[in-house]
Amino acid sequence: MNGLKNDAISEIVDGKRVIVKKPELLAPAGTLEKLKIAVRYGADAVYIGGQEYGLRSNAGNFTFEEMKEGVEFAKKYGAKVYVTTNIFAHNENIDGLEDYLRGVGEAGVTGIIVADPLIIETCRRVAPHVEVHLSTQQSLSNWRAVKYWKEEGLDRVVLARETTGEEMRLMKEKVDIEIETFIHGAMCIAYSGRCVLSNHMTARDSNRGGCCQSCRWDYNLVELEDGVESPITKESDSPFAMSPKDLRLLQSIPGLIELGIDSLKIEGRMKSIHYVATVVSVYRKVIDAYCADPENFTIKDEWLEELEKCANRPAAPAFFAGTPGADEQLFGVHGKKASHDFAGLVVDYEEDTQMVTLQQRNFFRPGDKVEFFGPNMDTFTQVVGTVVDEDGNELDAARHPLQIVRFKVDRPVSKDDMMRKGL
Amino acid sequence: MKKPELLVTPGSVTEIQKQIVAGADAFLIGEQRYGLRLAGEFSREQIKEAVRLAHEHGKKVYVAVNAIFHNNIANELDDYIAFVKEANADAIVFGDPAVIMAVREAAPGFPLHWNPETTATNYYTANYWGKRGAVRAILARELSMDAVIETKENANVQIEVQVHGMTCMFQSKRPLLGHYFEYMGQNMEVEKRQGAKNMLLHDEERGNKYPIYEDANGTHIMSPNDMCIIDELQDLIDARIDSFKIDGVLQTEEYRLEATKLYRKAIDLCVDDPSRYDEEKDSLFEAAESLQQDHRPLDSGFFFKETVY
Repeated sequence: MNGLKNDAISEIVDGKRVIVKKPELLAPAGTLEKLKIAVRYGADAVYIGGQEYGLRSNAGNFTFEEMKEGVEFAKKYGAKVYVTTNIFAHNENIDGLEDYLRGVGEAGVTGIIVADPLIIETCRRVAPHVEVHLSTQQSLSNWRAVKYWKEEGLDRVVLARETTGEEMRLMKEKVDIEIETFIHGAMCIAYSGRCVLSNHMTARDSNRGGCCQSCRWDYNLVELEDGVESPITKESDSPFAMSPKDLRLLQSIPGLIELGIDSLKIEGRMKSIHYVATVVSVYRKVIDAYCADPENFTIKDEWLEELEKCANRPAAPAFFAGTPGADEQLFGVHGKKASHDFAGLVVDYEEDTQMVTLQQRNFFRPGDKVEFFGPNMDTFTQVVGTVVDEDGNELDAARHPLQIVRFKVDRPVSKDDMMRKGL
Repeated sequence: MKKPELLVTPGSVTEIQKQIVAGADAFLIGEQRYGLRLAGEFSREQIKEAVRLAHEHGKKVYVAVNAIFHNNIANELDDYIAFVKEANADAIVFGDPAVIMAVREAAPGFPLHWNPETTATNYYTANYWGKRGAVRAILARELSMDAVIETKENANVQIEVQVHGMTCMFQSKRPLLGHYFEYMGQNMEVEKRQGAKNMLLHDEERGNKYPIYEDANGTHIMSPNDMCIIDELQDLIDARIDSFKIDGVLQTEEYRLEATKLYRKAIDLCVDDPSRYDEEKDSLFEAAESLQQDHRPLDSGFFFKETVY
């Protein structure tokens, strides 16, 4: 996909091609804290869940008050907020929907992400200024369905994870509508919306936020011949599994930009602020570097290494270049440990003493080699010296989650920078 | 009182002949290129023949065009839909809105049945598709009896529910069986088992066995039990549900015919002589039970089961 220049998104400035249509970098924000981090680390937009009608019933979802605060914070950085409202509703969910959508509209969000036409139409009626984006739950995977939703007046569509780059190209050619697609994070192995494993196995409705990820479990494969069952999975074999590797399209960002894709989406409202900060800052750099100088752009190893620092599973490009093979699934393993732990969040820095004040997020002690990273600095490594608590008492280690500790650092840092520790 | 339609899924044209005798009112047929999880493959010639045969006996034929389409097949839909119209079928079953776009081009006004399977979950959305050409909504199998009846009461379109058979729990675009064999280094098996319909996923913790198979639409995982509400039809009939479906995918012709006969009897009794239906419904259920293979118990699906989220 790379190397196909799209003149509609670029201009020649001083003899050099630059990209003028930069895609939006869209990040998950499970809580207000995560929203602020995502925006500070470079997201152009974030998506959040409200108290109802979203698909993560376990996420720290936003009240209307928090939504308002989030919108105001994002606005200062020129960033937008979308609210996932993408359940497939049952009759019992109809009551209360109008009030809920009015509340979302009044909170000032830019748009909602929706799967069910009930919610699309209700939003139009009660909160007409709110943009409506079609959720990936609709498994949108062809240009004629894209055209259908365009004619229905939707502002944007999020494609099925099963869509290839070539398919996106035709959609863009045939229909003038904003297209959003996933670039990073955990994936459904099923077509989204077309899986009710949780309903059957745990009596939890997957399409209303109850998914218990039964697709990540192990099974044995059995063959049935004339009423007799014989195991295909032998004792010594790895069990049958269908757990997909996580999506990572870092290398395909130039291709996605040249396709004119409007929004590049990172999965993970349940992930930590460390994850959100790391992934957002890497993709921010990639998008900015490519748009500034596409001709001389190369993928840097350090970007890939950076993503490994917070990766929970091995990664793969999934459907972007065609149907993924067996090597894009996890057999015999359930994930991997990230190469780094999130060790602390910077709450303050004193320039004259060079002392950082940190909120502890994982165990560390004097002598540990750590690194600091942030949205406005180059990452640097640091050996931890004497650590003291809030009252100045020297500590043998920072043992307690959220404990406030201080030590001296070689280079300046600022609030909301993060400290991580290699494993 | 008007009887609900008894809709079945035949595996062949010759089976349609037998199903008519067994008491079926309507047939869902098609081919896997356009339709999902069908009991048989029907070529265009066979669809024409099926329609001719069914119409001779006053029965109906619906053609499945309910796959999740990618660009390649979305481009072919006009041709297929024009054919379905020309074949004089009674309706097209769809889930993907690309079909609405193609029908507007190739067969304006042709009747549509909306069936996105797991996501047909409320009456408002059923009516929404009604305004866009659907004359019927096929409800998700994950709904309770009360939700089904409430939906019917508020629907401006016909309502179809599945009353018997297995249901799909999961569809992936990826060939998951093939990938497992490939991972195991058994590449021979990938070839050998293409199209195999005799594989089960064993979930030891729950003691369940889920049928799993691959076709042109990807990998399908099916429910461990067959649903059967032959003894619970009264409320649905009183609510005037329009169509009862027996899904016969992954079953033998013999099984499907026997199931049709039992439901024919149950529907007729329930409408014509409710007190006799009450007397006989338990024995009808037992008769249905006797058709089952050992590893597939009957249950009542989600009709009486609570789901949380």
